[in-house]
Amino acid sequence: MQPARGIAPRAGTSPPEADLPILSFILKRVIQAGFVLVAVTLFVSFAIRLTGDPAVMMLRESANVTPEDLARIREGLGLNRPFLVQYGDFIGGLLTGELGNSFFRGAIAPLISGALGATLLLALTSLAVSLLISVPLGIYAATHRGSFGDQLVRVLSLAGLSFPNFWLGIMLVLIFSVTLRWLPPSGFTGPQSLIMPAVTIGVILTSTNLRIVRTTMLDVLSSQFIMVARAKGLSQTAVIYKHALRNSSIALVTYLGLQFGSLMGGLVVVELVFNWPGMGTLAIEAIAQRDYPILQTVISILAVLIVAVNLLVDLTYMLLDPRIRLE
Amino acid sequence: MTGFKNFEFVAGLVLIVLIGGAVALSGLLFPDGGRAMDLTARLTAPFTGWNHPLGTDPLGRDILARVVVGGRVSFFVGIVSALGAVVIGTVVGLLAGYYRGPWDMFLMRFADIQLALPFILLAMTVIAIIGPGLDRIIVLMIVAQWVQYARLIRGSVLSLRQAEFVQAAQSYGLPDRKILFGHILPNAMGPLVILATLNVANNILLESSLTFLGLGIDPLVPSWGGMLADGRNYIQTAPWVTIFPGLAIMLTVLGLNLLGDWLRDRLDPLGATK
Repeated sequence: MQPARGIAPRAGTSPPEADLPILSFILKRVIQAGFVLVAVTLFVSFAIRLTGDPAVMMLRESANVTPEDLARIREGLGLNRPFLVQYGDFIGGLLTGELGNSFFRGAIAPLISGALGATLLLALTSLAVSLLISVPLGIYAATHRGSFGDQLVRVLSLAGLSFPNFWLGIMLVLIFSVTLRWLPPSGFTGPQSLIMPAVTIGVILTSTNLRIVRTTMLDVLSSQFIMVARAKGLSQTAVIYKHALRNSSIALVTYLGLQFGSLMGGLVVVELVFNWPGMGTLAIEAIAQRDYPILQTVISILAVLIVAVNLLVDLTYMLLDPRIRLE
Repeated sequence: MTGFKNFEFVAGLVLIVLIGGAVALSGLLFPDGGRAMDLTARLTAPFTGWNHPLGTDPLGRDILARVVVGGRVSFFVGIVSALGAVVIGTVVGLLAGYYRGPWDMFLMRFADIQLALPFILLAMTVIAIIGPGLDRIIVLMIVAQWVQYARLIRGSVLSLRQAEFVQAAQSYGLPDRKILFGHILPNAMGPLVILATLNVANNILLESSLTFLGLGIDPLVPSWGGMLADGRNYIQTAPWVTIFPGLAIMLTVLGLNLLGDWLRDRLDPLGATK
């Protein structure tokens, strides 16, 4: 440990040196993210190997399998090479987009690109739904603190957090597909197929976002620059939307980034309920068929996505709020 | 605001005492364990008679009995896995925060990795390999959650070990073990209790999700997630098979969330668990 660490920069340091803490922070975060990705993909690749011999699994439905057949398949899949070489190949494939073949469903790349698109579409729509509801309601609750409406919002958000998301999905199907026959119960047949899955995820997201918006707005509204804005004679609307909302949105974005992982986890289950052709459905089908190359790729790609989003949020946050760099 | 807080406490307590009490007494209330089949009364609608107040499922099993008995799995998984995670997380967090060094490095890097892998995906991979089962779910949840407690405790220890009463204890020559468990831990308990309450709620949701996906506990054992998976195919003709177990999950989790929220205001005014 250098003795000089932690000591404030001396007066008169030139600008390039002053930028160094930022660069080293970025570098530290990027290395950390890389480390996490290596650990996650190593774990997944290794765990998948524990499931047994892929050659045996591929041929388990066929009769009269000879040892030569098995050896040929192992050779073809490159399974007779050392684990680390196979791992390197897998990582190389992830980087170049050459994802190889599944056991039963042909090339993996087209399966993934379709599923990833569907999952991201659903994730972003749900996010939009939840922001449309949670931002105005959260602002209302914060500006009417302690009122009946504020307490109603808090009870509703606690209730929303308590739904098993898949059950909420089934209940929506019961109401809007079975009883009212307004919406298609499952699959992807057009834009209307997006409504129920997006609302299901959106309700859960809304409940957490509402609390964040309310708390951060309360924090911001009691800060001094808001008092200054009010003292200048700015209207309530200008104070809230121009000053308070902008500042509380930093916290909201960070929180959304941190929640991205659990959002993906929630999507997996909800996709299954609605038979939505996304990564979750793909993963569950891969588990049912024991098609491990697909499962390995799906989980690795989701992990990359989550790590990337978290890294991006961290770095943006650091640029927006210099205090974070000091940790 | 205090009126609302009291409402949270009372409502949460009533929900948990009612549901938890019924589940705890399920052996007395429904000695058949929700397994008895009344084949002459298959798919009876709810609220039509006293024999089956909440109706029956496709095999003629009483929904009320199965919901009450099925709660055992949920409460057991929720509480046992939260306790396991609390114990492991507390010990590691105390050591990491007090001694720093390699313990601390290991803990923080492990936490980074877990942040990148949502529990459901981790559980799906592992269960695909080792197969489903009650014990495995519990172990997985402990593995996935102890880090949260460890980080929480680590944070408290980092600030508490500079506190005067800890330094006084050190100057008396008390052994580290006594300082950690006798002086630091009691002062870090509040946030721990809150997190554990909310985690029991979360575990109940996770277990039912996994069982619903067919990756949880044995389908022959009555459980809320399993009942939802069974009922899904009858959603058009017999929605009550799906409605009641889902309501049971929701009300239990809501009760725990209300209590957790109330506890947070009582024990953690500074917001360490936010």
